[in-house]
Amino acid sequence: MDEWWTYRPSDFLMFSPSIYWRLFEALNRFGWPLALLAVTVVSVIWAARRRAQTKGAEETGSVRLAALLLAGCCLLVAWAYFWQRFTPIYSAAPVFAALFALKAAGWVLLAASPGVRWAPRSLRSEIGVWLAGWALIGHPLLALVFGRPLWQAEWFGLAPDPTVLGGLALLLMVDTTQLRTSRLIGRALWVVSLSWCAISSLSLWTLGERQGLVLLTLGLLALGAGTLRHR
Amino acid sequence: MNTQHPPRPPLSGLTRRASLASLAGLAVWGLGRPLPGQAAAATPLLRTIPSSGEAIPVVGLGSWITFNVGQDAAGLAASTDVIRAFLAGGGRMIDSSPMYGSAQATIGHALGMLGRPKTVWSADKVWDGDLARGTAQMDTSRQRWGVERFDLMQVHNLVGWQAHLPRLFEMKAAGRLRYVGISTSEGRRHAEFEQIMRSHPLDFIQISYNLLDREVEQRILPLARDRGIGVIVNRPFRQGALPRQLARHPLPGWARELGCEDWAQAALKFVVSHPDVTCAIPATTQVRHVQQNLAAGQGPMPDAALRARMARDVAAL
Repeated sequence: MDEWWTYRPSDFLMFSPSIYWRLFEALNRFGWPLALLAVTVVSVIWAARRRAQTKGAEETGSVRLAALLLAGCCLLVAWAYFWQRFTPIYSAAPVFAALFALKAAGWVLLAASPGVRWAPRSLRSEIGVWLAGWALIGHPLLALVFGRPLWQAEWFGLAPDPTVLGGLALLLMVDTTQLRTSRLIGRALWVVSLSWCAISSLSLWTLGERQGLVLLTLGLLALGAGTLRHR
Repeated sequence: MNTQHPPRPPLSGLTRRASLASLAGLAVWGLGRPLPGQAAAATPLLRTIPSSGEAIPVVGLGSWITFNVGQDAAGLAASTDVIRAFLAGGGRMIDSSPMYGSAQATIGHALGMLGRPKTVWSADKVWDGDLARGTAQMDTSRQRWGVERFDLMQVHNLVGWQAHLPRLFEMKAAGRLRYVGISTSEGRRHAEFEQIMRSHPLDFIQISYNLLDREVEQRILPLARDRGIGVIVNRPFRQGALPRQLARHPLPGWARELGCEDWAQAALKFVVSHPDVTCAIPATTQVRHVQQNLAAGQGPMPDAALRARMARDVAAL
């Protein structure tokens, strides 16, 4: 790419905002039962975590289930969103599909790692809980805030942004430091997730969508919270 | 291939058909110009393609972003409406590229819905550094459009031009293309552009030109005139930013004298009134805008003095 320094983000923008948001409408009309299922499973996992914390027990089954759920969600996002719907209008979409498939592999590895468990209750983990709630309920409602119909909302498990935020929430709530393997996998998931927040925020901003600021802010919040230690 | 080709004398080597088309085009163009003291008739302005004498309307239709709608039914229907209105209004040149996502497929869908109208003047691009992949890409593009052959094939952003240009000239000689060109945008690679214009018998170049981006006036447009190369203009509105930027200012008196309803029409008249511009290709998703764009290619046109004043006034805003 000659004279690369003359290119701006808008030069890589290939589609209009209206077409971009209608992608989610097409996605939701296809996959809304799956989004409901994801929300249900998350609720079950949350309840199991609360019970384990209340009893002071070290319980890893629900952690692994949460990681596997995120793996499934990332694969669904890679296929149903990036590959099926985004690729026809954006030449970089296959790269993003591969990125989310890689994330899915990372979540599977974390689920299988012996060194992962729920972290003790702390400011860091409570921010994670709050972020998980945002990913499930708050983020989809941004559609209404920014004047779009609910059919164009971005749902956890189907759309990339809330799915990534859900993943960051889980990373805030778990302790991956017990073993080197789980620590490395956790860091890789952090890097890929925060990179996506940056890419998506920039894309939304270039589209003229102020919603990009919300994602950027939440990504920075997660990053900041991630520097806190578990008690 | 890097031989120096002599400048092509205008209208040289014409066939009888091309000569007659040229004369007809000039006659229609003449009809479009106001006689002294008279109001202009509302006929579309035609420009002559220097290498052949063929006349085409000076306002065409681009497809960057606007026609990249994927499988969205509403987007496909809207794009079809735009193309229908464009063709009904006398428009002919539609420009696209494999770089534009699903725009080619959208055009093909629309043309299919409209019964494959014969008036379409198809301009597309090859966008691959490899000769074999680029050749296959052109065939895929043709299938997406649903046309037997393109009128014009351009090397997009000069990607792999050394390999592609000789092949395109071969295809033209074999009747598989009618015209050969190169494209760039936003002022990139102009030095290399000039070199290719001097050394190859191009039919067209495509460049960016508008009320604020006027670099091509200095060298590229005069060179195109000297070499007998047609000029297609992209980004006449800076992808919509120019009319939005100007909208808060009242329309100057000269714009109303030219029959412009808004800044977009004024901006487009500035571009298409340049004598060395063959066709401008604004893109749009709205029927109303395509009708307004076509209207900008009709009626009174600014002369050189008024064009200079338009540019000065806009630069000062």
